[in-house]
Amino acid sequence: MSPHPADFSEQDRTLRLTGQWTLAQLGTVPNRLEALDSSPERVDLSDVQRIDTVGAWLVHRLQRDHGAALEGGDEKARELIEKVGGVDKPFQSQPDQPPSFQRVLAQVGAATISAGRTLLGLLEFFGATMVAVWEVILAPRRFRGNAVIRQIEVVGIDALGIIGLMSFLIGIVIAQQGAVQLRQFGAEVFTVNLIGRLTMRELGVLMTAIMVAGRSGSAFAAQIGSMRLAEEVDAMRTIGLSPMQALVLPRVIATLIAMPLLTFYAMLVALVGGGLLCWLQLGIPPVTFVARIREVVPMTDLWGGLLKAPVFGMIIAMAGCFQGMQVEGNAEEVGLRTTAAVVQSIFLVIVLDAFFAIFYTAIGWI
Amino acid sequence: MTTHATARKQPPEPEAGTAVICVRGLTNSFGHQVVHKDLDLDVRRGEILGVVGGSGTGKSVLMRSIIGLQQPDAGEISVFGEQTRDRGESETKDVRRRWGVLFQNGALFSTLTVAENVQVPIHEYYPAIDQRLLDEIASYKIVATGLPAESSSKYPSELSGGMRKRAGLARALALDPELLFLDEPTAGLDPIGAAAFDDLIRALKDLLGLTVFLITHDLDTLYAICDRVAVLADKKVVAVGTIPELLALDHPWIQEYFNGPRGRAAETSAEREAARKPAPASADDGGDNRGMTD
Repeated sequence: MSPHPADFSEQDRTLRLTGQWTLAQLGTVPNRLEALDSSPERVDLSDVQRIDTVGAWLVHRLQRDHGAALEGGDEKARELIEKVGGVDKPFQSQPDQPPSFQRVLAQVGAATISAGRTLLGLLEFFGATMVAVWEVILAPRRFRGNAVIRQIEVVGIDALGIIGLMSFLIGIVIAQQGAVQLRQFGAEVFTVNLIGRLTMRELGVLMTAIMVAGRSGSAFAAQIGSMRLAEEVDAMRTIGLSPMQALVLPRVIATLIAMPLLTFYAMLVALVGGGLLCWLQLGIPPVTFVARIREVVPMTDLWGGLLKAPVFGMIIAMAGCFQGMQVEGNAEEVGLRTTAAVVQSIFLVIVLDAFFAIFYTAIGWI
Repeated sequence: MTTHATARKQPPEPEAGTAVICVRGLTNSFGHQVVHKDLDLDVRRGEILGVVGGSGTGKSVLMRSIIGLQQPDAGEISVFGEQTRDRGESETKDVRRRWGVLFQNGALFSTLTVAENVQVPIHEYYPAIDQRLLDEIASYKIVATGLPAESSSKYPSELSGGMRKRAGLARALALDPELLFLDEPTAGLDPIGAAAFDDLIRALKDLLGLTVFLITHDLDTLYAICDRVAVLADKKVVAVGTIPELLALDHPWIQEYFNGPRGRAAETSAEREAARKPAPASADDGGDNRGMTD
């Protein structure tokens, strides 16, 4: 008797099963069993060559749905069918879901609540960070200098290459676009004003903040999130280490220090890029470019830009660490929280930048 | 039954006792650290082979080599008589669907429910099976591994460690495999849960005729369900045999392992268990365990 695929034939309300009733050999048998016209009274197993749990389940279904009786078959097969039938329980592969209009309402509500909670959570986190700062001031031995230096290296020094390249290109783009537009009025020489004021006031710090949010804010969220999943954060707490002091504070302080430095660097590199284009395209030599910059860019522009940098840095670091600390459950959550960290920090940076613009105008730094 | 031209699709039914897994001259190393050197091992059809060894002796590496997750430096590995070494995933697909693997922490897909986890391999290999039958198959497999039916719709993060192991076992059994790899199935379970898991594996093995490759540190598991035990030490399998056979050997690690305080305790409890239950291997008398063993 050579092995062949599962099959069955029907005669006198008896289903005669033949072949190998295994998952690999079933083929269309399940569909054909569903399409049976009459309900069989007997199932004959004597010609079944092999049967696995899926085959046994199909036989059990015949018994259950049609009340068919078993005939033939060896003891093993009958035992398997009996065992499989013994674990037949009502089943659900997905959690219960309410009707769709309720779901939409629920989602809107949940999103609103979670937005409010996030805002409150961020405020709370800010408070907790300040408490940690206060604790460190009271007990300076707890200050983790090495961790701060290490984070400054990761956040600041390692970012020099990419931020330099980006700023250089931004400088070139502003100069090029400005020259094209201003040429229409014969005012190409004002390109220098454009480059100088724009990079000092806005673009230097903003582009740096976006890059740091993408590089380091996301890394903070992912690092701390993975540590949460591995219960490292819980382990710290039980040992008596404060995660706020050990994980959050070094990152916040490091970003706070690195951001103004990076911003200053980005401003200079953008000026170099803009100056290069002015020289090559507009024929303004570097000496004239520098002299003109000193003439048209007030110092308040530089201070204004640099003052924003630590604030933005703090927001980025706090959003990253906050989202990392919120991770619970599974690996997917780490990804979601990392995305949220970047989106939130860039959003908050731009909102605050608008406030700074109004504030500077109000105090006369125009 | 005979083998013939279509043997690839319809595997012949080999007799009990022949080797299902055959490892010859296996050598594995990471950098300068050699884990295995000229390792030989046979796993016979229908047995539960326990693999023991100290930490870092490469038990998991051995399992990963056999199932093709680790490329060995040298040696031959055949499973069901087919070479698996240095062959692509698509080439070994037919062998792959005849085995199931339970990883140490279950390795359930975290974004899928337990039922969907069980359905993944079935859907991958047999896409023609309709959703209703898929659901039913997942259901009885989940209940058979001793999980409550409600856990089907739960996500892995909502389950306890022991439940995750059972769900992982349900997924490993999804394709009705002939060969089951278990990596420390009872690690991290409470003694009652571990004993129930042992009984479950034994019952499934008796019912479905499984061959089981079982890595464990659990001496109770070794005494309770393993037919033979392979000892990994000195970069190779130093001995394979039943526990009495191993005890007769004069190898320091084996002596210390089985004659240490824990080994003795496990032996005593195994004897007591044997006295309480006349036939501990039978599937019908599992006391407080659930599922298939009811």
